[in-house]
Parts: sequence; structure tokens; C-alpha cells
Amino acid sequence: MTLTLTHYLLASTVLFGVGIYGAFSRRNAIGLLLAIELIMLAVALNFTAASNFLGTAGGQVFAVFVITVAAAEAAVGLALIIAIYRNQKDVDLDKLTLLKW
Amino acid sequence: MLEHAWIIPALPIAAAALVGLLGRRINRFAGWITSAAIAGSLLLALRLMWDVLAHPGVKEITLPWLQTAGGLMIQMGMLIDPLSSVMLVIVTFVSLMVQVYSLGYMAEDEGIGRYFAFLSLFTFSMLGLVLSNNLIFLYMFWELVGLSSYLLIGFWYKKPEAANAAKKAFVVTRFGDMGFLIGILVVGYFLNTFNILALGDAVKAGKLAGGLATAVALLLFCGAMGKSGQFPLHIWLPDAMEGPTPVSALIHAATMVAAGVFMVARLFPLFAASETAMLTVSYIGGFTAIFAATIACVQDDIKRILAYSTLSQLGYMVMALGCGGYTAGMFHLTTHAAFKALLFLAAGSVIHAVHTNDIWKMGGLCRSMGITTAVMLIASLALAGVFPFAGFFSKDEVLVSTFLAGRMDLLFVGLLTALLTSFYIFRMFFVVFAGKPATDKHAHEASWVMTIPMLLLSILAAGLGAATAPFGHFLQASFGAPAMETEYHGRLIPALATLMAVLGFAWAYLVYLQKAVSASLLMRRFLPIYTLLKNKYYIDEMYQWAVQRIMFVVSRALAWFDRNIVDGAVNGVAWLCRLTGDGLSRLQQGRLQTYLIMFVAGVVIIIMVVLASNPTVLAWMK
Amino acid sequence: MSIPYLSIISATPLVAAIIIMLLPRERVTWPRWVALAGAAFSLILSITVVAAYKLAAGGYQFLETHSLLPSLGIQYALGADGMALAMVLLTGIIIFAGVLASWDVKERPQEFFALLLILVSGVFYVFAARDLFLFFLGYELAVLPMYLLIGIWGTGKREYAAMKLTLYLMLGSALMLVGILAMYFAGGAQSFHLDHLRHVQYSRGFQITFFPILFLGFGTLAGFWPFHTWSPDGHASAPTAVSMLHAGVLMKLGAFGIIRIGVEMLPIGAQVWVPYLALFTLVNIVYGSLVAMAQTDLKYVIAYSSVSHMGIVLLGICTLNPIALNGAVMQMFSHGIMTGLFFALVGMVYGRTHTRVIPDMGGLASRMPFLSMAFVVGGLVSLGLPGFSGFVAELLVFLGAFRVYPLLSAVAVTGILFTAIYVLRVVQKMFFGPDKPAFDHVGDANWVEKSCLAILMLVLLGVGIYPSWLVNLINSSIGPLTQMLEVVR
Repeated sequence: MTLTLTHYLLASTVLFGVGIYGAFSRRNAIGLLLAIELIMLAVALNFTAASNFLGTAGGQVFAVFVITVAAAEAAVGLALIIAIYRNQKDVDLDKLTLLKW
Repeated sequence: MLEHAWIIPALPIAAAALVGLLGRRINRFAGWITSAAIAGSLLLALRLMWDVLAHPGVKEITLPWLQTAGGLMIQMGMLIDPLSSVMLVIVTFVSLMVQVYSLGYMAEDEGIGRYFAFLSLFTFSMLGLVLSNNLIFLYMFWELVGLSSYLLIGFWYKKPEAANAAKKAFVVTRFGDMGFLIGILVVGYFLNTFNILALGDAVKAGKLAGGLATAVALLLFCGAMGKSGQFPLHIWLPDAMEGPTPVSALIHAATMVAAGVFMVARLFPLFAASETAMLTVSYIGGFTAIFAATIACVQDDIKRILAYSTLSQLGYMVMALGCGGYTAGMFHLTTHAAFKALLFLAAGSVIHAVHTNDIWKMGGLCRSMGITTAVMLIASLALAGVFPFAGFFSKDEVLVSTFLAGRMDLLFVGLLTALLTSFYIFRMFFVVFAGKPATDKHAHEASWVMTIPMLLLSILAAGLGAATAPFGHFLQASFGAPAMETEYHGRLIPALATLMAVLGFAWAYLVYLQKAVSASLLMRRFLPIYTLLKNKYYIDEMYQWAVQRIMFVVSRALAWFDRNIVDGAVNGVAWLCRLTGDGLSRLQQGRLQTYLIMFVAGVVIIIMVVLASNPTVLAWMK
Repeated sequence: MSIPYLSIISATPLVAAIIIMLLPRERVTWPRWVALAGAAFSLILSITVVAAYKLAAGGYQFLETHSLLPSLGIQYALGADGMALAMVLLTGIIIFAGVLASWDVKERPQEFFALLLILVSGVFYVFAARDLFLFFLGYELAVLPMYLLIGIWGTGKREYAAMKLTLYLMLGSALMLVGILAMYFAGGAQSFHLDHLRHVQYSRGFQITFFPILFLGFGTLAGFWPFHTWSPDGHASAPTAVSMLHAGVLMKLGAFGIIRIGVEMLPIGAQVWVPYLALFTLVNIVYGSLVAMAQTDLKYVIAYSSVSHMGIVLLGICTLNPIALNGAVMQMFSHGIMTGLFFALVGMVYGRTHTRVIPDMGGLASRMPFLSMAFVVGGLVSLGLPGFSGFVAELLVFLGAFRVYPLLSAVAVTGILFTAIYVLRVVQKMFFGPDKPAFDHVGDANWVEKSCLAILMLVLLGVGIYPSWLVNLINSSIGPLTQMLEVVR
């Protein structure tokens, strides 16, 4: 059995679903961040699979971009979380409602 | 000279501007400057009249002033005919007398420069009005006359009564002017010209007839009613007494109130075009004559007696004009200018001496103020219409004109008014000058600058009657003068008028000099009538009521409406916006993951909508 | 290459504003001198262009055209006809007097004068614009500084007033923008230039739909009833110079826009709608003066009197009659100067008595003879006394209006009676009567104030006595406009 595009797409969908689920349900901010990383990875996987399927390099370039952005995002996100933790002594998302109306 | 007639009004305004601009620095000379300017105007006016006498007729000089698309053209110009030349002389002469008199009367006032500037402005406005050749300029100077009277009546602005009286004079005359302005608009609309001569032609051509003529005449007459104090717009004139006395003399004799009568004479063809209008005018005049005379009989303030007397005499003039007595009305205006100015100046001299206006606090002044008493007597005789003083002739003409017009009711009213006139003026005369002095203060005769104008005016008040016939002939050449009235040579009307004057004199003599009949007994006997007259028929109160209870209430109601309903709606909209915003902001409850869920749900919905509307996808799904 | 007068006039205040912001902060008196110089320069050039305008040729002169955004058809196009020049002159006079009137602004003079000048620059652009986009840009430039000027330098409920005024005017400009864009797209979306749009044959339905939108948009700015309530609150809270500019010039922007864009571009729509709109203007005139009568705050009196006077302008416009249109533009000029005079006076009197409540004042005439004289002059202009510009304007409006709506104008004439009543009441209560001890130490105007007032009074008098020069100028653009109206009728 060879790995076709469909398999990659299915895998990335699963990955995306897991990410979304995590993003929806994790109480911890770091968990949320990890879930977002998963979503990004799903996208990157999609790009590479499509690149392979179409035989062009464009998708792989995009995958590199996505990984870069994900890294930057993780850095900023973690920095924010640390700042919030220092400020609030907590990273529970249900309790962080400072931006409420 | 005709081309240079503009210098006549230009001199006073130049003097006024000079005095006004230089301000207090030249206070001491202000009166001399303005008097000199008006003396110049008087000389020029006399010269002009001489020219017009030599070549009677109507002459017009125009300059373009304003022009717009839509065919509007307003010219400024002068209309010189016997009527305007006579008015020029009257106005400049009385103004000069008043100015000279004021040099003495106002000598100690700190605002004397301002006073003379305003006085000259007044003269200028009146001269401009007299010379105007079209309705627009007539109206403009008309308003300026109103402004000058406002400034002068309120000259002593620190006195609340003076400030009030000034405002009242302006607003009440303005009320009449509103009608005047609408009349001008109607004329402009239907006849498409404002030129007085052209209007005369239009009337001749029959372009103004029927209801339109009546409407125009009555609307224009509204203005005259305001300025000339005709009932029911007379209420400002007695209050205008709050101004300095020489100003009253000017207002009552030559300017302001003369404007209304002059306007009716000037636009006589427009009035003559409508029978109804003439009838209304004459009845308003007749009613004002007798109405004001009755009030004058019970007043205590010397200037108020004279003020109501003016109203009554103006009623005479208007009545005469309404009866077609063009020359009669104008002649009465002329003689009245002389004797009423004299009456006021003499009254001013009395007030200057005793520092009160109340006739009951005067008395016995004939001993200390010989000249004033003499001129006051001449003026009173002229007012009462005693032969051979000027008033006799002019009043006679007025009565004759009502007779010739066949209005016996107005003739009766006129005669009755003559009786009352004679009574109230001699009542005043006897109380003020005869009897015992009411105070110990010794009154002095006024200085020469004040007596000389009085003496000059008294010559006119006594002798103008001799000019009756030439005056009539001269005015015939004026624009719009009706054809020579039928001559009346009867003796009945003069005899009746004289009888009335004598009766009134006798009545006043018996009550106030001989005290054969007690004044207080009379008063008590006729208490309701007395109270009614004393309170001037409660007309002021009615106005007060209308203004307070209707106009101000409406005004406050509208103000409330504006603040609460109109602006309330605006604020309501703002409030509604805020409410909506508040409501929607509840969605922002700060939970990151709720936002996320909404976001994803939104994306999913959008994607599904896009897909569902895509035909290929639809086909594939099927 | 001729001198781009209009560009220089319009940009001078902007340049002056920039210079003011660059001045060292500790030099507190410098900004006003720069502002005065800028205003004076604009004023002198305004007079120059009025004098240089070739009356016989008429039409738009001093044209300047540069492309700004060719893809959207936006041009930097300036040009002025008689009516626009009259308004440019008005603006020049008012800003000059306004700078003099705010000579003693102590709080942040730098920002104050800069914002004031930016505002004026916008106004100049509106009057001189030949391109609708530029017109709109100028308009927004004029409205926005107002918010800061009232909010920071205002008095009383200033935040409320600033917000209300700005939002209201934004609402007006939104309507305006709808109309402008509709015209742009209906004209083929090629150009915002008025010359282009004028030759577009807008359909009858289009005109009938969009004329009222434009009218309301501009009318809001012109104080059209019932969208006038921003004016009393705004004027009452604004600092002196802002009130002067606002009532004196900005309200005229609205009326100007109605004529220039509403009537000129959509003549059929105008002819259909004006009889109904005229009724509202009657409300403006009579209601405004009656409401003014009930006010006790001096600024509210004048604000409502502006509502009433602007009613006369709008009535004149709604007749579409050449005489009344001339009168309307005359009234715009005259009322601009007059209300500038009034608001300058209110500021000066307030600076001395520290009250604007009319019953609290009294007997001021002996304390401040010059100010009271100037106030009386303003009052006389406002009640339409001959010899001053207000009379000529009102006379023309009434003469023209009477030909179109006889009954309505007869009723409108009562407005001038009510005006007389409240003006004289105010004068009497403030200046006449016995001296009040509270005002024992107040003095008369100083030289700066006197010159500010004298300029305004002289203009009023000059126009009143010899109105021809201004009327001819205005007539040169009203004449062709009404001819065009005749053609489409």
C-alpha cells in the first residue's frame, strides 16, 4: 500500500481536529499554545503533501514559512504567558477575563 | 439747487459722524457743530423751497443703487416737489430750534456729544425720508427714524423707564413697519416698481384696483399707524416722554410722528385708489383724535398731557387725509409742528426750572417765568384753535375737509375733540402758570439759548395762519395731490370750532382757575369714567397681557419643546446607540476560548455557505 | 503662468499652523503673531482676488487643476466664481477677526492657533474646490479640529457639546458623502470634477432621490430645523474664536453646499422639493426667534438667532428665485460677519463680567461704552436695520420669496419683529439700567479688541450702505444659475 495524498490529508485533518479540540478545551494557556502548534503543523503537513502531489516546490516553501511563524508565535505566546503569570500568578484561561467588556 | 438737494441731509449726518467719532473730546463744541450744520441745511432748504416756488412741479433725481438678476432694480434718488420742500423746511427749522434750545437744556449732561450726534442722526433720517423717491428708501429712512428715536428716548439709559420706553417705541413702531414692509412686497410683486412716481402712473393706469388697492393701502398705512401713533399702535408715544424734553419736541413736531402723516400724503394716489382704505384711514384718525383727547384731560404729567395731545392732533391729520383733505392734513402738520414744538420747549423750560413733571407740583409760574408763560399761552391758543392763531386755520381746514367729504360723523367727532383739546390744554395752563406756587423753590426764566427758539416758534405759531391760502396753492403742484378741493366759504364750521374752543376754555377756567366747580367733586361724580381715562383705557395692560401671556408663554413653550422634544430626540438617538452598544458588548466576556469557538464556528459557516452556493459543489453533492 | 491665488489663500493657514507647531514652546506670544500674520496674508489675498475677479467675464476664474488620483478621477482643482469669492472673503475677514478675538488665549496657545488655522484652511478649500472629493476633504478638515477646539478650550458642558456637534456634523457629512458618491457613480465614475458632473444628465428619479439627501446633509450644517440643536450647545461651549468661525463660516458651508452641489447639480430635484423644504425654513425663522426670546444665556440667544437667520438663507435658497438667491448669499455674508461680531462681543463681555446669564448683567453701557455700542450695532444688523448689510440681504430674500411664496414670506416677516423684541430686550437688560456694583471694576475694550470689532462693524456698514459691489459679485454667479434653472424647468 502506497501513501496517497488522501492519507496525508486525512492525517492532517486528524491533527487539525486534535488541535482544535485542544484549543477549545484546554484550561491551561500553555496547553492552548501547544494546540495551536498542532493546528499549524496540520497546515504545514497539508502544504508539503500538496507540494509532493503537484510536483512543485511552492508548498514546501510555505511549510518552512509556517514553521517559522509557528516558532515566532510560540516565542511570543510563551513570553506573554510568562508575563501574565508574573502578573496574575495563574495561567488558567477561565480566570483570565481582563478584556471583558 | 435741485441737484444739490442731497447736501441738505448730508450736512447733519456729517456733523453727527464727526461728533460721534471725536467723542468726548469735543463735548463742549458738539452742539455748536451740529447746530451749525443744521442751520446750513435750513438755509439750503429755504433756498430749495424758493426754487420750487419759482418753478412748481415734480422733479426727480435718481442714481442706481442695487440691481440683480430677475429684474430687480432699486434706485436711490430724490423726489423734489412742493410737499417735500415744505417738509424739508419744517424738519430743518424745528430741528434747529431744538438743537439751539438743547444747548441750554442739556448743557450739564455728561453725554452731550452723544446727544447731539443722535439728534443730528434723527434730523438726517427724517430729511432722507422726506426726499426719498422710492418705497425702499422711504422704508430705509423710516427705520432709521425709528432707530434715532430709540437712541434718543433711551438717552438716559440708566433710568429703567427710559430704556423700557425706548424699546417699546422701537418694537411697537416696528410692528407697524412689518405691515409696511409686507405692503412694499405686495407692491413690488404686483406693480414691479418701487418708484413713487411710477406707482402713481400705475394707479392712473388702473393697475391697482379693488381689493388689491385696499390691501396695499392698508398695509402701508400700518407703518403710518406705528410711527404716527394711531390707535391701536399709539402706546409708545406717551412713554416716549422718558427722553429729554427737547427730544420730545422733535419727535412730536417734526420727525418721527410726522413721518406717518407725510407717508400717507406722499403715497396719496395709492390710498386714493381705494374707497375702503380711505374710509378706514379717516375713521382710525377720527377715533384716535377723540380717544387721545379724552385721556389727555385727566393726566397729571405735563409731558403726558402734551403727548396725548399730539396723538389727538395726529388723529386730526390722518382723518383729514382719509377724507381727501390733502392740503388740510399737511397744513395741520405744519402748524402743529410749530405750536407743538413750542409747547414742548416751553414745558421743558418749566421742567428745567422746577425739576418735576407733575403739574400739581407747579403753579403760579407766570410770575417768575414771564416769557415761558407768554409763549405757552400762544401755543395753547394755537392748539385750541382760537382765531387768529395758526391752529385755528388748520383745524378749520381739517373740519372742512370732513364736511366736504360728507362725513358728518367725523365732523362731529372733530368738533367734540376741539372742545376737549381746549379744555385739557387750558387745564394744564391754569394749573401750571396761574394760582399759587406749589413749592417755595423760586423758579427762574431759562437762559437766552432756550428762550430765543421759543420766541421764534411762537411767531410761527401765532402767524402761520396767514399762509393758509398760499400754502394750499403751493402744495397743489405736489406729486399726487388731489385736484383742488371745492372751496368752502361758509362761516358755520369756523364758528362752531371757535365755539367749541371757547366752551373748553370756559370749562377749564371755571374748574381750575375760578374753582367754581370742584375738580375733585367732578372726579368723584364720574369716578368710573375717570378711572378708565386715568388708566388710558387699559390699553397698555392689554398689550402687557398679550405679550406676557401669549407671546412669552409661546416662546417659553417652544424653548421647552426645543430642549426636550427636538433635542430630546437627538439625545434619545444617542442614548439608543449607547444602549445597543452596551448590549452588544456583553458578548465580549473575556474568555479566550469562547471567542475561539465563535471564530471557528463563523469560519465553518462561511465555508459552508460558500460551498453550498457553488454550482459545481451543488452538482457533486447531488 | 498666473499666480495660484486660491492655493496660496487656502494653504497659508495650513503653513502657518505648521510653523506655529515648530515654534519653541516657551515663547507663548509667538503663536498668535504667526497666526495673525497668516490670517492677514489670507485676508489680503482674498481682497485681492475679489478685486481681480473679472465681473464682466463671470464664471469660474483663478482656475488650477492638477491630477491627484487619476485612477479614481480625483483632481486638485480650484476655482472660484462670484459667490465663492464672497465666501472666501467672508472667511478671510472672520479668521482675521477671530485671531484678534482670541489674542489672550492662555491655555496651550500653540495648539489652539494651529488647530484654528487648520480648520480655516479646510474652509477655504471647500469654497474654492472644483472637485467634489477635494470639497469633501476640505469639509472634513474643517469639522474635525472643531472637536478638539471645543473639547479642550471650551467651557461648560464641553465634552458633551463637542461630541454632539462632531457626531451631528459627521452625520451630515455621511449623508453628503452618499449624495456625492451617488453623483460620482451615476456620472460614470470617471471624475469628481464639478465641470464633468455638471454635464451629466441625471435622471429625474435620481435627482428626486438624492436632492433631499444632499439638502439634509448640508442643511444639518446650516442649522436646518429640526437638525439644528447641535448649534446652541456647540456655540455655547465653544471658545470665542471657534464660535465666530463656526457660526460665521461653517454654517455658511452648508448653505453654500446646497446651492453649489444641490441646486446646481440636481436642479430638477431641487424644483420638486423646495416647496416642502420652504415650510421648514419658515419654522427656522419664526421658531428660532421665538426660542431665542426665552433664553437667558447670552450665547444661547445668539445661537438661536443664528438658527433664525440661517432660516432666511435657506428660505432664499428654497425659492430658486434669482433675487432671493442673491439675498440668500448676501445673508450668508452678512450673517457671517454679524454673528462673528456677536460672538466676539460675548467673549469679551464674558471675560470681564464672568457671567453669560443675561439677568445677572445690567448697566454695562457706562462701564464699557465701546463694547455696548458694538453690541447695539450687532443687534441692529440682526434685526435688519437699513444702513447695515442685514437689511439688504433680508430685503432681497423677502422680495424674491414673495414672488414665489407670498403667504409664507408674509409670515416669515414676523420673524424680524420677534428678532427686534429679543435683541432689544437683551440690549436693555445687559447694558441699560442702573449700574450694578458687581461690575464696578470692569473696563472697556482694549486696542486689539477694538480693532477686531471695528473691522467687523465697518464691513457691515460698508455693505449696508453700498451693497452693489457685493451684490454684483454674487449676482454674477446667481444669474447663470437661475438661467439654468429656467431651462430645466
